[in-house]
Amino acid sequence: MSASGDRGVRFDRVSKSFGRVPVLRDVVLEAPGGATTCIVGPSGSGKSTLLRCANLLERPESGRILVGGTEITAPGVSVDAVRTRVGMVFQHFHLFSHLSVLDNVALALRKVRRMPRSEAEALARAKLADVALGGYEGRRPSELSGGQQQRVAIARALAMEPEVMLFDEATSALDPELVKEVLGVMRALAAAGMTMIVVTHEMRFAREVAQQVAFIDRGEVLELAPPAQFFDDPRHPRLREFLEKVL
Amino acid sequence: MTEGLHRIYSTFFDPAMIAQALPEILRVGLPNTLLLSVCASLIGIALGLAIAAGLVTGHRGVTLPCRAYVDILRGLPHILTVYLIGQGLPLAGLAIFGGNTYGYAALAIGLIESAYFAEIFRAGFQSVERGQVEAARSTGMTRLQTMLYIIVPQGARRVLPPLTGQFILVVKATSLVYLLGLTAMQREMFAIGQDAAINNANLSPLTAVGLVYLALTVPATYAVNAWDRRIRGGRSTELAEAD
Repeated sequence: MSASGDRGVRFDRVSKSFGRVPVLRDVVLEAPGGATTCIVGPSGSGKSTLLRCANLLERPESGRILVGGTEITAPGVSVDAVRTRVGMVFQHFHLFSHLSVLDNVALALRKVRRMPRSEAEALARAKLADVALGGYEGRRPSELSGGQQQRVAIARALAMEPEVMLFDEATSALDPELVKEVLGVMRALAAAGMTMIVVTHEMRFAREVAQQVAFIDRGEVLELAPPAQFFDDPRHPRLREFLEKVL
Repeated sequence: MTEGLHRIYSTFFDPAMIAQALPEILRVGLPNTLLLSVCASLIGIALGLAIAAGLVTGHRGVTLPCRAYVDILRGLPHILTVYLIGQGLPLAGLAIFGGNTYGYAALAIGLIESAYFAEIFRAGFQSVERGQVEAARSTGMTRLQTMLYIIVPQGARRVLPPLTGQFILVVKATSLVYLLGLTAMQREMFAIGQDAAINNANLSPLTAVGLVYLALTVPATYAVNAWDRRIRGGRSTELAEAD
């Protein structure tokens, strides 16, 4: 389907329910390597659950998920190994509150990558500089603004040098004036060719940055299209209805 | 009526008896009580941490034995556990401390307290937000690494006040070791008061002991409560990094 071969993420008839409530129904979606795929939809539509399946924070009940050609849902695949290849950024940042900014980024490098402390810290400093947070290494997360915290969280995920980055409503918890700085980092990442899946309510970001936009409603992908078509010529009536409400 | 009051006064509050008992209580008993309390607490905290980690793993094979351990040690009268450990272990040929009653005493109180410490730590670990765990796991950390580097340091920090409160209870609990029979210089405060009370056929030495316990526990309790209020008030406490 995609020209980028196996670098992307493929959801192949993925289904999942919470108790008796179906959340995802036979979702088929390909996020091509090197591209940004935005997922939009009403709250409770299953978009976050789909995203969380891509690093197995949620396990699908049926279907397959492939990351960079590896079927991560196959039996015997190490969950921990999958997660080192897929970085995730959460709505509420989830920085480790007991650690400094530097240690937030360096911890997994030391414990998962088994890097010596000096090497891990050097890499962590570089990643913090990439998100324009050089000089903040010694601070506590609680001393930073929401936008700064989210940029630390992005640096923490990027430090593991993942093939894919997942963003789960990364700007929804931020004050409006702080959204831009986080979106700026995400734009730069997209421009650098990172494979990204972005669950978002930022329609402008989706239009300007994404190569394709998916609309999920009630656990189904109802539309997948390049942004121009998605926003200017939506096909599915439920998407038209949704866009009328949010735009 | 007044006769009754007088009898109570002379049996429990004889100033001369209290003055006579105090020096030995303070010189011998107090250091022993504190040493036993510290040793027992170290044992209790180390074991309690491990048991609490077991309680929150989510693996039934680990959780169930840990739960049984806590329930049994909290459910038995402490006096029985002190006998079982202090006299049972040497009888069973497990004389790990030789003939030194002190070691068994510290172990017995430590084991009892580990069950209470475990429950305190468990509450702390469970108070760590799910998002912290998900963030750690999403970087590839294993369950064990997440426990060691995220849950334990954050959870333990939040329960410092109740832990200190439990230490105050340990101080009182050490009085039970008089059951095991300690040598003259090993006796903690209660044993000294008890011996003096028997020798003089008067309970005033135990009142003296009670006063010393109160002097230790009441200010400590107020200090812990103040500390707890400060932590709950959201003031950050700068503590050493857990590494």
